[in-house]
Amino acid sequence: MSANQLIVLTPLMGSLVAGLLAGRIGKGGAIGATIVGMLISAILSIRVFMEVAVGNAPTIQEEVFSWIVSGQFTVHFGILIDRITAIMLIVVSGISTLIHIYSIGYMEEDPDQPRFFSYLSLFTFAMLTLVTADNFLQLFFGWEGVGLASYLLIGFWYKKESACNAAIKAFLVNRVGDFGFALGIFTIFLIFGTLDYTQVFQMAANGEFKQMMDFPLLGQVPTITLICLLLFIGAMGKSAQFFLHTWLPDAMEGPTPVSALIHAATMVTAGVFMVCRASPLFELSPTALEVVTVVGAVTALFAASVGLVQNDIKKVIAYSTCSQLGYMFFAAGVSAYAASMFHLMTHAFFKALLFLSAGAVIHAMHHEQDMRRMGGLAKKIPMTYAVMMIGTLALTGFPFLAGFYSKDAILESAYAAHSMVGIFAWSMGMLAAVLTTFYSFRLVFMTFHGQPADQHTYHHAHEAPWSMRGPLVVLAVGAVFAGVVGVPMIEKQWFREAIFLAPGHDALENSHHVPGWVKWLPFAAFLLGLATAWMMYMRLTQLPGILAETFRRTHRFLVNAWYFDRLYDWMFVQMAKKIGEGLWRTGDETIIDGYGVNGAAANCARIAGWLRSIQSGYVYHYAFVMVIGVLVLVTVYT
Amino acid sequence: MLSLVTFLPLVGALVIAIGVHRNPDRARYAALMVSLVTFVLSLLLLHGFDSDSHAFQFLEERPWLPAFGLHYRMGVDGISLPFVLLTTFLTPICILSSWESVQKHVKEYMIAFLALETFVVGVFCALDFIVFYILWEAMLIPMFLIIGVWGGPNRIYAAMKFFLYTLAGSVLMLIAVLALGIEGGTFSIPKLMEHPFSLSFQMWVFLGFFVSFSVKVPMWPVHTWLPDAHVEAPTAGSVILAGILLKMGAYGFLRFSIPMLPDASREFVPLIFGLSLMAIVYTALVALMQKDLKKLIAYSSVSHMGFVTMGLFTFNQQGVEGGILQMINHGIVAGALFLLVGVVYDRLHTREIVKFGGLVQRMPIYAFIFMVFTMASVGLPGTNGFVGEFLILLGAFLASKAVAVVAASGVVLGAAYMLWMYKRVVFGEIRNPEVSVLADVNRRELVAFAPLIALVLWIGFYPKPFLDIFHTSVQHLLEQAKVVKVGALALK
Repeated sequence: MSANQLIVLTPLMGSLVAGLLAGRIGKGGAIGATIVGMLISAILSIRVFMEVAVGNAPTIQEEVFSWIVSGQFTVHFGILIDRITAIMLIVVSGISTLIHIYSIGYMEEDPDQPRFFSYLSLFTFAMLTLVTADNFLQLFFGWEGVGLASYLLIGFWYKKESACNAAIKAFLVNRVGDFGFALGIFTIFLIFGTLDYTQVFQMAANGEFKQMMDFPLLGQVPTITLICLLLFIGAMGKSAQFFLHTWLPDAMEGPTPVSALIHAATMVTAGVFMVCRASPLFELSPTALEVVTVVGAVTALFAASVGLVQNDIKKVIAYSTCSQLGYMFFAAGVSAYAASMFHLMTHAFFKALLFLSAGAVIHAMHHEQDMRRMGGLAKKIPMTYAVMMIGTLALTGFPFLAGFYSKDAILESAYAAHSMVGIFAWSMGMLAAVLTTFYSFRLVFMTFHGQPADQHTYHHAHEAPWSMRGPLVVLAVGAVFAGVVGVPMIEKQWFREAIFLAPGHDALENSHHVPGWVKWLPFAAFLLGLATAWMMYMRLTQLPGILAETFRRTHRFLVNAWYFDRLYDWMFVQMAKKIGEGLWRTGDETIIDGYGVNGAAANCARIAGWLRSIQSGYVYHYAFVMVIGVLVLVTVYT
Repeated sequence: MLSLVTFLPLVGALVIAIGVHRNPDRARYAALMVSLVTFVLSLLLLHGFDSDSHAFQFLEERPWLPAFGLHYRMGVDGISLPFVLLTTFLTPICILSSWESVQKHVKEYMIAFLALETFVVGVFCALDFIVFYILWEAMLIPMFLIIGVWGGPNRIYAAMKFFLYTLAGSVLMLIAVLALGIEGGTFSIPKLMEHPFSLSFQMWVFLGFFVSFSVKVPMWPVHTWLPDAHVEAPTAGSVILAGILLKMGAYGFLRFSIPMLPDASREFVPLIFGLSLMAIVYTALVALMQKDLKKLIAYSSVSHMGFVTMGLFTFNQQGVEGGILQMINHGIVAGALFLLVGVVYDRLHTREIVKFGGLVQRMPIYAFIFMVFTMASVGLPGTNGFVGEFLILLGAFLASKAVAVVAASGVVLGAAYMLWMYKRVVFGEIRNPEVSVLADVNRRELVAFAPLIALVLWIGFYPKPFLDIFHTSVQHLLEQAKVVKVGALALK
């Protein structure tokens, strides 16, 4: 077993030990096992990162064992580590390790700790399988595996009805996405006869495939566009993009470390990773790229708009995540995959930081999540305040912090794409940047500034233990420096053959030569957002209430997240229940059983009863019938 | 050898009938021993089986009533062997699971189960149509008794419905069997597979078989006997019903319809696909609304068998192999799910979903096992359900994209009803005071579940050894199905 395989396997071992042997080795043993597993994985990840991403080692490819073989169809488990994977490895195993450590403090009072750590490590295993996949089916394996872990962790507090419902919702919405994803995989196999990345991308690049194909309801469609759009449906589910985003805010029912790891830093970026990974396919379909751009841009703005009015501290960050994922997608859509990966990485640091800081706040406030009941906490928990501020500044693109580099790269690329959708994405992104700064500082002001709303909890507020503060500091360092350090990523050809660019798709190249005002506009957006938030939540604190009252409909519309939940509940949940009930009662019970089976039985009984009445047993009846019969026979034959 | 595996349980049943008096424990142990020995013997079969050959192996042939052309012929190929193994594997688990839950007429119960095992294994091994038909009908009797004697309150209605439904189908099959035998001049199954029949003849015979097999599968709309039978059957009865008896219909399609009547089979593909899709979508929606746990799983069985029939009629390697694998998977998973219902039924004497809730607080191990099988049923990668479902859908996609698209939506619905059910049963607060004193699964129950879990994960991660058993046979089957028979050409 190679060291690279251990990167993936040690978290699984940790998970199994913690999950199955907790009774034997106790709580401490279980936690220790998962953390050891994670540390090994993280150290080996760093090692391979140094080789592949910092050094010049070639792409690593290993076949582990063959999985499914049926006729022409063969798939194996394998390991592929190129520069995209190397970055994902660092992000996933690094942040996961930090969050394991953080959870020691955060989950201290929970009786189910071993189960929690087991799930966390299980998640990490699945996520690592996903990013190291060398074929589409292994990708799908990891994809569904992280879905399972997400489901288990959202519903971790299983006594809460809302948590269970949120878990199911997350699983089902993702299944809808996976429905598209699976069809995409089938189409790839149909067209290329293999699911292996290298072979598929090779054949795609050489044009060795059928250009057009039939698809139900669509007729003749360009093959590559079809494949990309089907895959993208999967990405929309996993990465909570517009239409399939509804599960992400609800997923905040899970413990906060989960929100940080799964629903901010890693799992939700799987869709972005997949689009970047499949760039050799996406690059061949301008239509698919346009769809990716538009969906990403709409999501960026939509989620930011909803984030403006949320009062639950975690929901604000959740919508922010959704919005930032939109940025990553439209970057990929304008072929600035490197910028997309760059933002994925920086975002992982500062968003995990924001969530964990929010967790520290919630911890300090004894599980209070409503920001209206907070306020003035800066004095009580200054360190949490400081790291939260760093996270916020990194997110909002304050100069020289992480988000400044990656977000600007995305916006400039969109502008430099010189296409309609590029400009559309750029303007949406710019608008969303203003909103981002506004809701981020609104969060900071409502939580840490002003007067405490609840004196009692305020007095009991306390700084988190060191196991929690340690990871916060590490992430804060990341949120400050990830940008500066990562800048080489967006230089030409840093990703080498891992990212394919079609000729002429050089938005990222051109982004270095955009006019000066385009470079400065994001900073102006930052100032505008900050000033507005400051005005509304520090100076004229009645203003938000007045505005909400004046623009009541708009406010309700935003608070209800554009009414998607209500629409979907009516359209799908209630509808499916009604149809199910109808088919059962009417279809099965009344028609098939009522008229069919029991009806046939009843008819048999009726006919039998009638026949029985003929056989009365009286001799004169039989004699009578016989006489009639003889008469008939005689009449007929004479 | 094959006859030994087949008839050992029956011999065991006779020994129990004669030798064991009134001591229920002895009957239990004796039955368990017999079924375990049978299982070990069947493993020897697997060991001696050459999976590189598509031919029937372990052949036995003896004249029986030569005057009437009747011969006793037995043999297995890569398609029937997995089902023999599934049967011998599930029977000890069934006996184990009835250890405490069956208290009346224990001896007779065990006899019925062992007899059933003989008939079922016999059906899978029979290479003579008359032998096959006799065993096929004989199988109904112990099952009828198991439901009718050891079943729930409404058992008589359910048993009658089950019996009459299948018998109605069997009558037409008998006609089809006789027609094949007379037209082909033999009742030998391998010889009939080589015999070319005209298309119109094939069509009629196909319909005769179709009626019988579709009831057994069961396909929509002749599935309504299944929920009733399951609800009333004792736990082990449900396990064997879902695990083995439901495979009979699909096995019939594989063994007879496709190789003997290939042209007709192709003609009827749209019909089969249509009904399969109805099963997948319709019954998934019905399953969503079920209030009784067993009914829910029964409906989910119909939905999953819809995938199977669809896979078998894709006429490509992936679809057919997926179909066969999914039959085995369904045997394992649905069997386990019924066992899980049995575990709580033994403790609470109810199957109504609303009566549960919060089980995980009292039964964490149970909740874990339940989760494994829920995920297998949902088809999560890493479980056996995924491999089967994926291959079927892939096969269907290669055969007809529209069909695959509709069927894939069934995967979403499948997740919906399973997860919602799981949540209502296992998660949440304890509402029923009786739940708050429940004991977790005991050692005997754990022993029954352990091999099932192992198989779920084994097939999920490394299905190769299982697929290898039937690779060659499926290839051969598809070659047979490709041959356009002489008579058919003349007609067309």
